Amino acid sequence: MVEQEIYAKLNEVFRDVFDDDEVIVKPETTAADVDGWDSLAHIRLMLTVEKAFGVKFAAADIAGLKNVGELANLIETRR
Amino acid sequence: MTDNLYTALGWLPSPPTDFAAQCRALAQTDSNNPVDLGKPIRRLASRSLDENQLIRLGKTIVAARRDGRSLAPLTPLRLGIIGNGTLDHLVLPLIASAARHGVALDCVVGHYDQVLQEALDPVSEINSTKLDAVLIAVDYRGLPLVAEPGNAEQAQASVEAALRFLDTVANGIRQHGNALPIVQTLAPPPETLFGSRDAAVPGTTRSLVERINDELVRRVATSDSILFDVNALAQTVGLANWHSPSQWNLAKYPFADTYLPLYAEHVGRLLGAARGKSRRVLILDLDNTLWGGVIGDDLLEGIRIAQGDAVGEAHLSVQKMALALRERGVVLAVSSKNNDDTARLPFREHPEMLLREHHFAVFQANWNDKATNIQAIAQALSLGIESMVFLDDNPVERNLVREMLPEVAVPELPDDPSLYARTLNAGGYFEALAFVAEDKQRAAFYQDNARRIALQSQAGDLDAYLKSLDMHITFAPFDDVGRTRIVQLINKSNQFNLTTRRYTEADIVQLEADADNFTLQVRLTDTFGDNGMISVVICRPSSPTLDNRSTSAVADTWEIDTWLMSCRVLGRKVEDMVLCEVLAHAARRGIERVIGRYVPTERNALVKDHYAKLGFTPIGEHDDGATVWEMSTATPKPVEHFAVHRNGFDVTLPA
Repeated sequence: MVEQEIYAKLNEVFRDVFDDDEVIVKPETTAADVDGWDSLAHIRLMLTVEKAFGVKFAAADIAGLKNVGELANLIETRR
Repeated sequence: MTDNLYTALGWLPSPPTDFAAQCRALAQTDSNNPVDLGKPIRRLASRSLDENQLIRLGKTIVAARRDGRSLAPLTPLRLGIIGNGTLDHLVLPLIASAARHGVALDCVVGHYDQVLQEALDPVSEINSTKLDAVLIAVDYRGLPLVAEPGNAEQAQASVEAALRFLDTVANGIRQHGNALPIVQTLAPPPETLFGSRDAAVPGTTRSLVERINDELVRRVATSDSILFDVNALAQTVGLANWHSPSQWNLAKYPFADTYLPLYAEHVGRLLGAARGKSRRVLILDLDNTLWGGVIGDDLLEGIRIAQGDAVGEAHLSVQKMALALRERGVVLAVSSKNNDDTARLPFREHPEMLLREHHFAVFQANWNDKATNIQAIAQALSLGIESMVFLDDNPVERNLVREMLPEVAVPELPDDPSLYARTLNAGGYFEALAFVAEDKQRAAFYQDNARRIALQSQAGDLDAYLKSLDMHITFAPFDDVGRTRIVQLINKSNQFNLTTRRYTEADIVQLEADADNFTLQVRLTDTFGDNGMISVVICRPSSPTLDNRSTSAVADTWEIDTWLMSCRVLGRKVEDMVLCEVLAHAARRGIERVIGRYVPTERNALVKDHYAKLGFTPIGEHDDGATVWEMSTATPKPVEHFAVHRNGFDVTLPA
């Protein structure tokens, strides 16, 4: 999957999870940048990403993510 | 396919593509024209929403409530949740799912993993908030289940300790929080120590959980707690699917997130049932639903219902399910596009049919559109449109009814008729909290009543007709035997209900204990059979603050707190007879005046003039349309046509 496609799909996911049609994610986006991205929403985000991309994450994967860029890389590796 | 049924709530139609926009539109306030939001919210909720959509709708409902918008006609209910895992993620999906079942839910979660504290501390957050019910979401990890495999004594002690724990929690909630406990059965993990042997070895998790569940079900059935059979739900989708080790490790989710909409839906059903919102009527299409083929074209020889024919057996399974539902009190009706005679032919002449004409309370076979038919069925049964479920293989018909009558539940059906019965059943439209003898006969009652209504229109002279019914009415105070049915009526009656006050069984017990209150349960039989309990009345001494015309220190006035009746017995002067009985008892106890109150709701316009018709004098009206009436007890007016019987009163009255 081309990087552009991944980010396009991630935008859809973020908009769905955070109920915000204006959200646009970039590699440097972190939890601090998105309204409502707390630990509870983080779990929901990861599960929605799994479903949307057809991937499965391990607990270790999810814990260490620093920003959306690392998430995008993770998706690429798990596909 | 089956997985989709449960994870994606396959019996519900898909949400509209502009779902998010519709939620936002609900939030817009037009302050010049405040609209009741309950109906549009329920319509949006009645789709197969995923977790994110449930959250979005839940937020909409919470915001609407916070902005002071009316959520009528959704019925309010305040729920607390305590448990041993993460529970916060349940709140918004529960609120949205409750709306699907006609309930405006307010939901608060106790502190993380503080089950005992929340239940036993009289000033805990859960106990200090005025809640109607508390969901005890404890799973097998939250119980002291410690036993060596094979150690029967330890196993016994462990089971007892677990049950004691749950009892303590439930009692704490009842006593300190005055709320109804909702108790969950335990879903065991799929892992076993031996394999098949686990069930037989005391002390294995499998065996402990099974014994606890058995005893739990028995205890809850004889209490006023509500049972939530999570074990059955988990087994339906598969224990290995239900339990997600990674999600427990990561976030302490008690069950896999993919089942959140399903879990919330099942809690929504229970809450809806508690508020009298469960459906009561199953309306069936005929062609390609109850049999394979079209009777008008394929004729008796060509329709498929035979054993040994896969298609035939599929449709027979729908008939079997309908019959079983009827056995437990669901009313059956037919709505089919056919000539009447043609439609009745298989019921009359096909040897393999399980359903026969006499199983249906109403049979509408004609060329009208089905929405019109369904309305006619509702009218014939004196039941609201929201009581109806409509099963039809044809998506065009399904969508028509959804458009024209959004309050009717219309399950989506898959292409394969083998799955029709399973899909209908998965929809859980007829959830019930209790099962009393009268429920079994309910379908027959409705049939008899439909017959009576038909007869009455032929009868002409009302008095002669009433006499011909040979009615016997039995009055008694509330008692243990009638209590379950009384509580059921109090919580289910919507149309003939003057004040729509809902009481739990505990409330009723308390009410009975106060000798100043007057309670009345009324039963009626006639030539068609036993109607069972058809009216419930509660009178309380009128408090001086409500009634500023009373000058005596001792109460000389009763207020009718609750008066409800079954719509089945309307038009027979039963109301007059019940009033006569109330006045007679009141006079006996030195009461001089009886006050009645009409509190308008969306469903009870039927009884707006009830007190006027009975000859009460109006004494007040409030801004919200509530009216207050009074009548002196000096002039009871007995009604002819009734043979009167009494049980359980400690005074004798003239017969």
